[in-house]
Amino acid sequence: MKWDEFFVTGDPLIYGADVSIGLTVIGILFYLTYFKKWQWLWREWLTTVDHKKLGIMYIASAVLMLFRGGVDALLMRVQLATPDSKFLDAQHYNEIFTTHGTIMIIFMAMPFLIGLINVVIPLQIGARDVAFPYLNAVSFWTFFIGAMLFNISFVIGGSPSAGWTSYMPLAGNELSPGPGQNYYLLGLQIAGIGTLLTGINFLVTILKMRAPGMTLFKMPMFTWSALITMIIIVFAFPILTVALALMTFDRLFGAHFFTLQGAGMDMLWANLFWLWGHPEVYIVVLPAFGMFSEIISTFSRKVLFGYKAMVWAMVIIAGYSFLVWVHHFFTMGQGELVNSVFSITTMIIGIPTGIKIFNWLFTMYKGKISFTTPMLWSLGFIVNFVIGGVTGVMLAMAAADYQYHNTYFLVAHFHYVLIAGTVFSCFAGLIFWYPKMFGYKLNEAIGKWVFWVFNIGFNVCFIPQFILGLDGMPRRVYTYSAASGWGGLNMLSTVGGFLMGIAFLILAYNFYYSFRYSERENTGDSWGLGRTLEWATTSAVPPHYNFAVTPTVTAMDPLIQMKRDKQDVKPKIEDIKKIHMPDNSGVPFFMASFFFVAGFGLVFEWYWMGIVGLIGVFITLIIRSFDKNEGYYVSEEEIKETERLTV
Amino acid sequence: MFKRFKPFFALGLLLSVFFLGGCSNYIVLDPKGPVAAQQKDLILYSIGFMALICVVVYVLFTVIVIKYRDRKNDDNFEPDHHGSKKLETIWTVIPILIIIALAIPTVTSIYDLEKAPVSASGEKKEPLVITATAVDWKWIFSYPEQGIETVNYINIPKDRPVQFKLTSADSMSSFWVPALGGQKYAMPGMETKLYLQADHTGTFSGRNSNFNGEGFTHQIFDVHSVSQSDFDKWAKDTKSKAPKLSKKQYDQLMLQGEAKKMTFSSTHLKWVDHAKDRDYAVKTRERLGVVPQNPHGSKAKDANNPEQDSHGVSHSH
Ligand code: HEM
Ligand SMILES: [Cu+2]
Ligand SMILES: [Cu+2]
Repeated sequence: MKWDEFFVTGDPLIYGADVSIGLTVIGILFYLTYFKKWQWLWREWLTTVDHKKLGIMYIASAVLMLFRGGVDALLMRVQLATPDSKFLDAQHYNEIFTTHGTIMIIFMAMPFLIGLINVVIPLQIGARDVAFPYLNAVSFWTFFIGAMLFNISFVIGGSPSAGWTSYMPLAGNELSPGPGQNYYLLGLQIAGIGTLLTGINFLVTILKMRAPGMTLFKMPMFTWSALITMIIIVFAFPILTVALALMTFDRLFGAHFFTLQGAGMDMLWANLFWLWGHPEVYIVVLPAFGMFSEIISTFSRKVLFGYKAMVWAMVIIAGYSFLVWVHHFFTMGQGELVNSVFSITTMIIGIPTGIKIFNWLFTMYKGKISFTTPMLWSLGFIVNFVIGGVTGVMLAMAAADYQYHNTYFLVAHFHYVLIAGTVFSCFAGLIFWYPKMFGYKLNEAIGKWVFWVFNIGFNVCFIPQFILGLDGMPRRVYTYSAASGWGGLNMLSTVGGFLMGIAFLILAYNFYYSFRYSERENTGDSWGLGRTLEWATTSAVPPHYNFAVTPTVTAMDPLIQMKRDKQDVKPKIEDIKKIHMPDNSGVPFFMASFFFVAGFGLVFEWYWMGIVGLIGVFITLIIRSFDKNEGYYVSEEEIKETERLTV
Repeated sequence: MFKRFKPFFALGLLLSVFFLGGCSNYIVLDPKGPVAAQQKDLILYSIGFMALICVVVYVLFTVIVIKYRDRKNDDNFEPDHHGSKKLETIWTVIPILIIIALAIPTVTSIYDLEKAPVSASGEKKEPLVITATAVDWKWIFSYPEQGIETVNYINIPKDRPVQFKLTSADSMSSFWVPALGGQKYAMPGMETKLYLQADHTGTFSGRNSNFNGEGFTHQIFDVHSVSQSDFDKWAKDTKSKAPKLSKKQYDQLMLQGEAKKMTFSSTHLKWVDHAKDRDYAVKTRERLGVVPQNPHGSKAKDANNPEQDSHGVSHSH
């Protein structure tokens, strides 16, 4: 391999990216060294096993990926704004929509939600941490390294360009030669390990570590949604793992599972992909439902309407999510009966979703609604998500889908679900729990600007795409002719896209502004309306052990019950006992780094490097196995001091 | 507060106006044959229900958000109001009814679309058979009965069903003529069937709509709908005047790249049926010494590389 193949060359955009990546790295290294922050970084972050810190790192990475995926999106929108545009060529456009889709789903939506789950769930169920804190660190670092491996593809070796669905035989060696597609396979495989471990970890955490008295049907709705999401992850992710492994065999070792030659079965890939891919949609939307439930109930000052129905709706959605995958390829010619069955199962899954919408509406009924920014995002969600939902039912009607399939109608639909559902919930949740993470709120006035600019931009961007779809504009085309008549609506759509970009910049400014100027919180219940245990901590940002004394739960919204009983959240001094906590560990970080070495080697088919990396991973596993890791105790004195309790 | 949410509400209304009002301009809602017409009817029928759902939700939303916003007077405030069997039953039963109302025409349409459409005059005509083969990034059409072959265009008789036998020489593609009806995949090593029919004469654009790499955007073809007599004349002229398709020429078509419109007086079906022979194109490329190129490799970057000629216009790396 020559150097000009190793580094992507020949495109000014890429050179620009090279320079900015270089400068950012130098800037960070300089900052860490000049302000002597290396030790702090290592002790507080790289080796931490604290769920709150891991959650913050998840969220920070996700925001970064939102930026990357957003830049991709805007590059595409620039290219499509005018007919016959020469801004991007076909290959470049194909790479960009592939990385945009993959990054947004795998490296933005999921980690953002998993980050919020990490920060909130252990607090919400009154636990000290997750069931397996060390494993949690492994999850984060494998996700992070998978994301980095995928991201460097655009400057080293070239990005994948077969779409985030990577249909075979297109994604095989015959039609997509070069390292690009290998980045997809290995990046997702490594990050997938982390997701599967998160699934197991939180499943056990929620089932086994709830505070005394919190029965399953007293769990907050976000905890329920996380529990069900984790069950879906545990069942769905192994399918992806196997499918990716099979395609990796095809590409690296000449196997013929899905290839053109040797009687491969390309349709098998499509089935396996969507057998994971549809549940994946619910993995990124159920936690969103959970967060909206919490926020709407909190800011309406009312208990959730139809709690049991909400839970059962999610259980049904989770089950059904495995029975609808064929709706992604009604046009594959599987016959009338199969299409009819999957049309109907898909429509049925709309019912529990509809039920939830009405439950949210009636949670506000007879409430006292305050329009804080998290609430605004939740209200915006209801209004916009309905459009995503009804167009979803339209797509479920197979006979009509033959016309919508592969068009901008579909693109508009899934952005209405993914943005109005997932992204809105991430913003809402981040703002809602921001004081839990950092001890101050994001500025509300700036936040409202973000909300309105983003919402208007979002609708201006995607409503025209429904019409473009009905006018026959296919998805994934890199350009179109002036004669098609699609120019005007595409330009409008691009304007909307840039409005969303501007909203993102205002949000970024809000992070800075609030860090400098926001009032610091001094109680655990920052919004004054908290209902669940995460707001029942003694300080705004809980200490690393979360609760000095594990709370006892007697009612569904435990903090509301405590407020009614005039019970103080401050622990009684005689209840304080020493607390056992896990040790920090640098092993997960090194394990993931070895995964990077292995993954990078396999991408370029440098097998010696792959083997070295895997041996490294194996060594870290052995080190961990012989590490007694007994943890340590936080002494009573230290707890009393932290909680400011005096005798 | 009402003012703030007005834009959403207006947007919802606007959406239905766009869909219902301007339909005749949008290709999918402006059908030129019975298949597309049936699909359009189904689409409009479903949009009716969807608009209804949107209106119900938006009206409820607006009323609740205005009425129960935080005000001084809180007579209506009931923090423990947590459910109502009656309401919950209503919003479970109504969606079920809506879904039944949508499922019935969906299923009947699914079954109808797999049968040859009935022509406008009501008589049953024998369908014309055309084999459509997708090859990166062109369409090859064979008329087995007429013994002729075209590239990137077809002529079809109006008012007569056409049965397309779809297959692919390499990637998974999708055959779509939106003015005439919905799409279906064309896949290597297998055959799928799609019925279409044109009610009018005219030229309709068709394309591959399933992404398959660099030349995807330009993998388009034209459908000329003509009268039966014009069609017969064209087929006869083609059979007698057009050049024969040579195997060498056909193998050149197997290389990745775009192609011009072509017409031949013989078909490729005597050498290869891609529905049975999955890897003919790949083997042909190998035989002709065309090696797949990494788009970021040094070969692909060399503009003078002869292998790149077949890639057509789009590549500039
Ligand atoms: C800033 C707002 C966004 C804009 C302007 C935007 C724009 C686009 C565009 C232009 C495409 C390519 C359409 C095509 O050529 O077929 C696309 C595809 C896609 N987008 Fe987005 N997008 C945005 C946000 C998101 C988010 C938040 C997600 C997921 C959480 C997402 C997921 C996807 C996926 C999965 C694809 C399909 C990729 C593929 O075809 O392989 N997008 N988006
Ligand atoms: Cu799906
Ligand atoms: Cu097939």
